[in-house]
Amino acid sequence: MRLKKNIATSESGFIFHPGTGDSFSANPIGADILLQLKEGVAPSDIKKTILDKYDVTANMVEKDWDDFSAQLREANLLEL
Amino acid sequence: MTKLPYERPQILKMNAGLMNKYGTRTEYEPVKHIDGIPVKTLIAKYGSPVFVISERTMRSTYRSIQRSFATRYPKVQMAWSYKTNYINAVCNVYHQEGSWGEVVSGFEYRKALGNGVPGNKIIFNGPEKTTAELELAINNDSLIHIDHFDEMYQLIDISDRMNKKPRVAIRVNMDTGIYPIWDRFGFNYENGTAWSALTKIVESGKLNLVGLHCHIGTYMMVTTAYSIAASKLCDLAWNCKTQLNTTIQYLDMGGGLPTANDLRGAYLPAKDTIPSVDEFAEAIASTILNYGFKTEDLPLLILETGRAMIDDAGFLLGSVLANKRLSDGRRATIMDFGVNILFTSFWYEHKISPAQDFTQHTEECVLYGPLCMNIDVVRSAITLPLLNRGDQVVVHRVGAYNMTQWMQFIQMRPNVVMIDESGESHLIRATETMEYIEIPERMPEHLKTVKL
Ligand SMILES: Cc1ncc(COP(=O)(O)O)c(C=O)c1O
Repeated sequence: MRLKKNIATSESGFIFHPGTGDSFSANPIGADILLQLKEGVAPSDIKKTILDKYDVTANMVEKDWDDFSAQLREANLLEL
Repeated sequence: MTKLPYERPQILKMNAGLMNKYGTRTEYEPVKHIDGIPVKTLIAKYGSPVFVISERTMRSTYRSIQRSFATRYPKVQMAWSYKTNYINAVCNVYHQEGSWGEVVSGFEYRKALGNGVPGNKIIFNGPEKTTAELELAINNDSLIHIDHFDEMYQLIDISDRMNKKPRVAIRVNMDTGIYPIWDRFGFNYENGTAWSALTKIVESGKLNLVGLHCHIGTYMMVTTAYSIAASKLCDLAWNCKTQLNTTIQYLDMGGGLPTANDLRGAYLPAKDTIPSVDEFAEAIASTILNYGFKTEDLPLLILETGRAMIDDAGFLLGSVLANKRLSDGRRATIMDFGVNILFTSFWYEHKISPAQDFTQHTEECVLYGPLCMNIDVVRSAITLPLLNRGDQVVVHRVGAYNMTQWMQFIQMRPNVVMIDESGESHLIRATETMEYIEIPERMPEHLKTVKL
């Protein structure tokens, strides 16, 4: 799963897609994931960090990860 | 190291011109307590979902409505509309406050008697009253409100046979400027049927005509409808006095006052659009007072206020079963309560508050109930914080009609709890059991065994 190269993201969760002109806002955990994806961190490592940092079960992270990917795909932010 | 609270990751598209980058918020505060008891405690003790009724809110609403009318009119009597919520403990709070009972079936009639309401303080409305029920009501000197001519003749026959003269009123339907007119109940004013019924009742010599009743609709949003209704009932009362030599002792204006629940599809919030009870009271009281009755002939004003009396006092507590995304990308949240117990979600966009802390991030979602049925939609679009499985919510203003129109369909009906004025919780209706549901069932001998 890779973010499109030209997508602008900020730590505060602001996302801009120059191709479509769309902008999005992410909640803090969403922004964190986007930054890591941008830096090329592998999804499995990102998920592990989330599990270490937050009070959440692995199943929940897995399920929400899939849903977050779907949101990114829907928003046209992922490389196909 | 303690871990941070988790929220699922989310992105939200920002629309040009949106004032708030997190979208419109419906809720700014979680609701963690009902009358001082934590939602968590209530759910731990009574299960989820659970209806919770605030006795404090019931009583304060009653007193406030009573005051609105009693400060404007000298003779006012409330009659609790049983169908709105006929759990006995609920009825008795209002009876303790001084309310009579208003019933629309033999079943409700017997409930009112069982609750200790004297027969002569029960108003018997509705299109179906059996001979046995009418006999009971006559023996108890109840106020029988006649709905149609067939009932009038039935009552004349029974009275003749029993050699008693029951106290009766007729229900009148009329044009109050609200359409469609509720003309299926009672006798029409404009076409003269109501007058014809009144004449026949008095001429029969068998019935004691004492009142006039109307119930012009429910969730009425304009006060003028009540002024018109009151003035038409006054016309009839006046004519009864002058032409039939009969004094009408009471005018029963029925129910119909709105609550702060938003109607489905309404453009503006109800809070900003519905008149206050004071304004309705003013419309009714000033119409009757200015009509021209002599002071000693002023009729008693009866009100059968239902939803406005109890809606605010009722809460439904429930929990999130699951989250999912629909094929078009919309988010769906599945709750453990649905239209089976929240019947009013067919009419209202109920306010729903999370019962635990949340961040400012929200999403629009569809709120489904737990039934495996397509109709089970609690809210077709609602903006809520990101709820997780197990999170709890509070649905507001559910006191009216849900605990009577709920259905045992797929799931059992849940516990109903009342919190008294000192903050103590009481179970007032226990959740249904398998045994209870199957009591009326019978198994024919040849179907008793199954081999698969
Ligand atoms: C005869 C009668 N009275 C009173 C009521 C209570 O009405 P509401 O809940 O609109 O106040 C109803 C409800 O349908 C009714 O039919």
